[in-house]
Amino acid sequence: MDLSSREFWALVHGILLGGAFLVAFTGGLAGFYSLRPELITAEGLSERIRRLSIGTTAMAVLTWLTVIVGTWVVYPWYREDIPDSPRSTLLANADTKDWHEFAMEWKEHVAWIAPLLATAAAFVVLYYRADLVRNPLARRIAMGLFVLAFLIAVVAGVLGALITKKAPVT
Amino acid sequence: MEAAGTPQTEAPLARGEGRPEGPVAAALLATGVGSLVLAILVVIAEANESFATSLAYSDRVGPLSGKTIWAVVAYAGSWAILAVALRGRRMNLRAVAVVTGVLLALALVGTFSPFFELFKSD
Repeated sequence: MDLSSREFWALVHGILLGGAFLVAFTGGLAGFYSLRPELITAEGLSERIRRLSIGTTAMAVLTWLTVIVGTWVVYPWYREDIPDSPRSTLLANADTKDWHEFAMEWKEHVAWIAPLLATAAAFVVLYYRADLVRNPLARRIAMGLFVLAFLIAVVAGVLGALITKKAPVT
Repeated sequence: MEAAGTPQTEAPLARGEGRPEGPVAAALLATGVGSLVLAILVVIAEANESFATSLAYSDRVGPLSGKTIWAVVAYAGSWAILAVALRGRRMNLRAVAVVTGVLLALALVGTFSPFFELFKSD
């Protein structure tokens, strides 16, 4: 049941931050969806805005942490120039090289768009706050940024999980 | 003051009402700029190996270090500049969202591996 340091950081990157990210997304999405005048009262509005601010800000912070840990802590172990690194293992076999050339090459780059989107979504929420309920365009824009950030993170996360299944960082 | 339990019935904000759109426009456009800069660096690094090597600020991380550092610099820098330039300004947020969407679409294409590998140097 021991985890090496590398396995621990891969776990932090993929499971702990990723799991918290999912929770933040779910809370944020519910907050956006319910932020409509016909669904909330004046008292409910301030509570919803507070929860939405926390959810979107948490998601932005978690997305930044995930890509920073992924790129600067876990990725160097993946790409080590030694025969048994995950990258070398995948590239050594014609049946698995696409896991690097398609999946990892896509994931490592596209993932960095997610924190930019999540930050913009959080900014829109923090800027407009209670006005969001009366500004459907701003609300739709913030929700679009938020959902797109999530979808990109899902692509990166699923590819990461599949790559780890083929060639784990150990 | 509204009574507890009464749904919000105020009309949606008309154009020109509420807080100015400039700061939000700056944040949206910076997101598009930062993403597109990342995609452009990815494509150029794929096409030119010496350029890719020049982006390897960290030996351990390789060229991805430079690509992401410059993308974040472009994002933060363009946000700062646009925030000052657009402060307090009324903007057509729908048009800004469309421009941002186009920049993001280009960035998503540019960071898609089957696309940027078309430019791979021999």
